[in-house]
Amino acid sequence: MGQFEPKIVGFLCNWCSYAGADLAGTSRMQYPPNIRPIRVMCSGSVDSAYILRALLAGADGVLVGGCHPGDCHYVSGNYKARRRITILKEIMKALGLEDERVRIRWISASEGKRYADTVSRMTSDMRELGPNPVARLWWT
Amino acid sequence: MMRIGVFVCHCGLNIAGVVDVDKLTDEMKMYPGVSYATDYIYMCSDPGQKMLRKIIKERNLEGVVVAACSPTMHELTFRNTVAQAGLNPYLCEIANIREQCSWVHKDREAATEKAARNTKTIVEKLKLNHPLTPLVLPLTKKALVIGGGIAGIQASLDIADSGYEVLLLERNQSIGGHMAQLSETFPTLDCPQCIETPKMVQASQHPKIKILAYSELEDASGYLGNFKVRIRRKASFVDPDKCTGCGQCIEKCPVKVPSEFHALLGQRKAIYTLFPQAVPNKPVIDRENCLYFTKARCRACVKSCSVGAIAFDQKESFMEENVGAIIIATGYDLMDKARIGEYGYGQYEDVIDGLQIERLLAPTGPTQGEVRRPSDGKVPKEVVFVQCAGSRDPEHHYPYCSKVCCMYTIKQAMLYKHAVPDGQAYVFYMDTRCSGKGYEEFLQRGIEEDSVLYLRGRVSRIFKDGDALKVWGADTLTGRKIEISADMVVLATAMVSSEGAKELAEKLRLATDEYGFFSEAHPKLRPVESLTAGYFLAGASQAPKDIPEAVAQASAAASKVVALFSKDHLYHEPIAPTVDEEICRGCGQCVETCVYEAIELDPRRRIARINEVICEGCGACSVACPSGAVQQRNFTKRQIVEMVEVAAGT
Repeated sequence: MGQFEPKIVGFLCNWCSYAGADLAGTSRMQYPPNIRPIRVMCSGSVDSAYILRALLAGADGVLVGGCHPGDCHYVSGNYKARRRITILKEIMKALGLEDERVRIRWISASEGKRYADTVSRMTSDMRELGPNPVARLWWT
Repeated sequence: MMRIGVFVCHCGLNIAGVVDVDKLTDEMKMYPGVSYATDYIYMCSDPGQKMLRKIIKERNLEGVVVAACSPTMHELTFRNTVAQAGLNPYLCEIANIREQCSWVHKDREAATEKAARNTKTIVEKLKLNHPLTPLVLPLTKKALVIGGGIAGIQASLDIADSGYEVLLLERNQSIGGHMAQLSETFPTLDCPQCIETPKMVQASQHPKIKILAYSELEDASGYLGNFKVRIRRKASFVDPDKCTGCGQCIEKCPVKVPSEFHALLGQRKAIYTLFPQAVPNKPVIDRENCLYFTKARCRACVKSCSVGAIAFDQKESFMEENVGAIIIATGYDLMDKARIGEYGYGQYEDVIDGLQIERLLAPTGPTQGEVRRPSDGKVPKEVVFVQCAGSRDPEHHYPYCSKVCCMYTIKQAMLYKHAVPDGQAYVFYMDTRCSGKGYEEFLQRGIEEDSVLYLRGRVSRIFKDGDALKVWGADTLTGRKIEISADMVVLATAMVSSEGAKELAEKLRLATDEYGFFSEAHPKLRPVESLTAGYFLAGASQAPKDIPEAVAQASAAASKVVALFSKDHLYHEPIAPTVDEEICRGCGQCVETCVYEAIELDPRRRIARINEVICEGCGACSVACPSGAVQQRNFTKRQIVEMVEVAAGT
């Protein structure tokens, strides 16, 4: 058996982070294929339920990518996402889940490198953290 | 169930070089819900698009996923293609297997697996997509221009000349703005009376322009193409329909107060026009200083008016208008020189600012163009000009460059020399930034022909020394300390956003930068549009600008408005969420979360109603909704969850 390959679901906002991820591609930056991107209009449209659902479905990590503070295409969606995730992390801790499995990062459309670095870092961190314990804790 | 076709693009070797496209296509053929899958070397090419249309018809496809480059590249291309084949364009989705797959991974197996997963995720989304139609909206082909300076006048004239109606709003009693205060303009030394006044007259006589002077915007609601504005017409206490503009009342008025138009250097009466060429040329009564209002006596104006136009009982009034576009041309003000401590906190009468010297140099000014210093009326023989007073000073005032001061300083120094040939003009500067057409030549002319002495360095202190002003500065080129005993000092104070611009921005919910200048939608590619659709920017309301730039931007903003008005209808993306009226319980969470104020509660039925035209489609309301009644169109919770299941699965 090879090394553990974590599955990371990425919710990327249409205006900044998704465009940043595209730029990483246009600039041919290499990063691990563990990220599984889902394009959403705004990080503020990411319901906590989506994140929990991803974790329950077996994702080892969830990345929410939004515009930098003050730069949200929809004025304040990124702040809404940040507040929501802060609370979600507390709930995760209470459930016995490592809260660093869920991360929110500001990645602008001009930050291809930041996206590539974020994915690389998160992949190696999740690899170190090991598989999401949800299956072991709740399904068996 | 929807009959879905998946079309895998090779993008030459861009995708096929890393992703095993045959394997991907085969895997998609087997995927539940997919009824057809194929691949092609360049899907976006003409033969590729033809093939797509042909297969849609042949196979009777009801939805299409194109696995290719990023949707930001070709989503529109493929949506148009499927529409030509008779499919609703919103039933075409793009799976990104280039920018976020083949270009960022080298491992063929892993990249192929990821490409398949990305495509399957999108297939899951498409399965629940609904056909959508863009909203068709009516359009009011009338523009509101806020601010009657040179930018506002130019924008109004351009729109009106294209055949559309314009309301030109000005808070003062005359249009003209700061340009009307200037002596002469660089680099040609035209006087504004020669170049601006004709435009003011043109605007007032234009059949499509209605000038609303002495009026301010009270409120605006609505959206692009359909704004409703409420305008406050201030009480001028002069009936504009009766007044002939003869000026008798002004002559007879006994009250004298400092004139704002003369930058407080000259005087005006309590009933006054801004300047002799004012448009409209009807006086207003300054209630604060009028003896009738303050002491209930005098009535000199009433007695002198042969047509009975004085109306002390006039009340402010309000008017409502429908407009389709709004141009912000609110201009600038100069920073208050009293804020600069080292230059005397504004307490020395002979330390004046850029607009004050303009009035001293202007033939229409308080001294009829003779340069006389404010304190004692003496002709100043030694004049020091200080550039960057407040600009380029991040520690104390403003970090930005006010852009016009280098040019107006040399112009003022030249005009001073023309008026006082035996005088000497000194200019303290940090850099001279003369990058416009003919600007550098103008600077050289001033230095060579008019012997203006340029000293590179900042002025550290100005203080009173008997009759004179001592100016301490440094010449950083020679490394010497410089002391000049000056008769008058002119500060090129920073240009700041016009007074009231911040309040206007709040009223209209428009973005400004931290200094109150209105923010453009994109600094390079959309410089005359605001971030909010339907609002356009002209002149110094956006950033410090000189006259040619302000006029150019005004014409650009006008052309944007004209392009908008050339359409018969407006189209709006159908991105607004839907509200399930059966489920909605009217809690109002969505109303509170919406930054666009696009949602309101129906007071009778207690359900949320989304104004689809104002909605920008961010989806925040769908998250806020505790009952799941609000769902983003083609991004429903169900859709995202289905996508998550595939993305997170093994």
